[in-house]
Amino acid sequence: MSFEPAKEPAIELVGIDKKFGAVHANKNINLTVAKGSIHGIIGENGAGKSTLMSILYGFYQADEGEIRISGKPVTIRDSQAAISSGIGMVHQHFMLVENFTVLENVMLGAEGGQLLRRGVASARKELKRLEADYGLDVDPDAVIEELPVGRQQRVEILKALYRGAEILILDEPTGVLTPPEADHLFKVLRVLRDQGKTIILITHKLREIMAITDTVSVMRRGEIVATRKTADTTVEELAELMVGRRVLLRVEKGEADPGKVLLSVKNLTVKDSRGVTMVDDVSFEVRAGEIVGIAGVAGNGQSELLEAIAGIRKPSSGEIIVNGQSIAGSDPAMLRALGLAHIPEDRHHMGLVLKFEEYENSILGYHRDRRYGGAMLDLDAIRKQAEEQIVKYDIRPPNARLKTANFSGGNQQKIVVAREIERDPDVLIIGQPTRGVDIGAIEFIHKRIIDTRDAGKAVLLVSVELDEIRSLSDRILVMFAGKVVGEKSGEAGEQTLGLMMAGIAA
Amino acid sequence: MDYFEVFISILGSAIRLSIPLLFTALAGLFSERAGIFDIGLEGKMLVSAFASACVAYYTGNAWAGLGAGIVTAILFSMLHGFASITNRGNQIVSGVALNFIAAGLTIVLGQAWFSQGGRTGQVPASGRFSSITLPGADMMREVPIIGPLYANVISGHNILTYIAFLMVPLSWWILYRTRFGLRLRAVGENPGAVDTAGISVSWLRYRALIVTGFLAGFAGTYLAIAQSAAFINNMSAGKGYIALAALIFAKWKPVPVMFACLLFGFLDAFANFMQGKSLPLIGEVPVQIFQALPYILTCVLLAGFIGIARPPKAGGVPYTKER
Repeated sequence: MSFEPAKEPAIELVGIDKKFGAVHANKNINLTVAKGSIHGIIGENGAGKSTLMSILYGFYQADEGEIRISGKPVTIRDSQAAISSGIGMVHQHFMLVENFTVLENVMLGAEGGQLLRRGVASARKELKRLEADYGLDVDPDAVIEELPVGRQQRVEILKALYRGAEILILDEPTGVLTPPEADHLFKVLRVLRDQGKTIILITHKLREIMAITDTVSVMRRGEIVATRKTADTTVEELAELMVGRRVLLRVEKGEADPGKVLLSVKNLTVKDSRGVTMVDDVSFEVRAGEIVGIAGVAGNGQSELLEAIAGIRKPSSGEIIVNGQSIAGSDPAMLRALGLAHIPEDRHHMGLVLKFEEYENSILGYHRDRRYGGAMLDLDAIRKQAEEQIVKYDIRPPNARLKTANFSGGNQQKIVVAREIERDPDVLIIGQPTRGVDIGAIEFIHKRIIDTRDAGKAVLLVSVELDEIRSLSDRILVMFAGKVVGEKSGEAGEQTLGLMMAGIAA
Repeated sequence: MDYFEVFISILGSAIRLSIPLLFTALAGLFSERAGIFDIGLEGKMLVSAFASACVAYYTGNAWAGLGAGIVTAILFSMLHGFASITNRGNQIVSGVALNFIAAGLTIVLGQAWFSQGGRTGQVPASGRFSSITLPGADMMREVPIIGPLYANVISGHNILTYIAFLMVPLSWWILYRTRFGLRLRAVGENPGAVDTAGISVSWLRYRALIVTGFLAGFAGTYLAIAQSAAFINNMSAGKGYIALAALIFAKWKPVPVMFACLLFGFLDAFANFMQGKSLPLIGEVPVQIFQALPYILTCVLLAGFIGIARPPKAGGVPYTKER
């Protein structure tokens, strides 16, 4: 598939190829991005997007191929070379020194001399100019850790511009932003484009591609499988190109039929290890046969709420009732016996032991169950049920003896989902069910969650992906600064919820 | 002896005792702010004490001794760097290994060269840093209060003492007013930020360790040929660890480091003074109690009185590019 840009190219990749041992991360990548345009690169986890960008930014060297900037071939051996070629990068995890000021962060690596004094003055002036030109206002003397995430990201953009970047690469820039912050970022990106900067946006969010890019390339398994003008393509086509088959983007679900209350949280307050109140007097109920979603920007108390309900974190006051019984003083094992299952937010830290084989993980938390032999494990019985789960949940590769670390993110998540749902719990609490999971597996996991609801279970869903909350939930609670700031029906609009998540409207 | 005189003499010896701590803590300041926890300060101090005593003994030149102490401590620092930066080894384990090497090596070489059970020979007066009497100290002596303070606390130390105190503002200036300092502080907090800014993390950390070795060299030299006149087995006697405690106590900041070291020096001087003396009502207090005071104080203060001592965020973690 070829696509000829109308304007002169800012950057051209010709035959870029990169292998890590047996893994062919980038296969013969050819890509041309026109100057003054926004180009999206979309693909699933592990499709090779990040490797490609790392090659552009000098973290890796390509095995083969050529990079041309404004028509001239360049060698990018390290980040210094990338910077002097006019490439700037906004990393997914910000590369900021948190206890430095904005000014210090912007200057770092471009101090303008051995002593700081002169550099400080000129950096201040330059920041003023960038603010005037692009509307990027930040207080230069603010300390990074005291700034909201959206501002921190702006500092990353300023850092790149300060170094004279003409080509700006943004890696999954909206993952940590609230919807209004993301909108604001897009506005900034459009201004930058209109002033002649070239922008490469890496994302796995189809909607962002449609909203902001001029052209888009789809990567799959290390290859660019298509390049399109954004105006000429559709979300469905891009999704199909990413996954390599047709995918259902909209979750199909019937009307909810709520029954009796299975999970009830009353005036719950939870503090974190520093004694800061993370969940502040929260009350709600989840009924049989409904999915209640908790929306919110990460860090507004959802994690602590989940952990309190799962019996991992002790609440400082309030009550949690599962199946009519107060769970005060129960540990997670007792909660499982009560019929509560928990799919934790972070499968690597809480859900799985990555060094275990698949079948060992498939009974974690249920290993005391008599079916598995009690004190002396009945390995045959365990492997047999693991293999049944592998078939039922389409876990790939279908090998119960494979080390869990060797499964992809989506398949690892399916191992956790299978383990918890197959125990037929009455109450299922789920954190970030599809974080770092590819589209195909997302579709599958979403279907399972709906099935669980339709089987008359109570489901509590916590996710920072607003789309996920909106497509699965029958009712939506929005958390902000530890409080539930409002409840909406599952049909609530994105804008309404976004404002609530930002703490602006109730 | 009246109380004032006693106080003056304790203060004077407090300063003398705090100097090796001050050099060492400032040495640790540079490596730890760059993200390398330095439990090996003790060893660096010890080898430089040995090297300076040897060279001063043979040359009879104190400055040559100082040079040897500095070079040796830098070499030891580089060894630490090679293990923990280049080969991404555990910083604590390699630091502890340095301490063992230092303790063993100095005894073995000392015995081989001097055959005095690990001691070096007595360094001649020309090979030592002797006390300097500041101008007017003798004339001032008769002035009440200020006189004895000037003559016995401020004057009458060797040149290294004055250098130590000069190192405090100098360290501050380097850390907060120079490009090197900015980058050094950054690399201890988030080496990724330094790397993506196009600066070599390894080279920056090596340079921090060179500064560390330089300052630790002063500390060892002070022990061997300013405070004493020879190298004695294990003469650092845990000062490297106390300096580390002072560094934490001071939250990795240069000026507080100076005060922490002075405090620990004062406690040490006080312990010496109390040796064999009896207190009213209690009687004679075992000297070990006073000797333990700095450690007890560190525990108590770190347990909450100074608030959270937040170490450099990337400290202890070898840097690997991950993508």
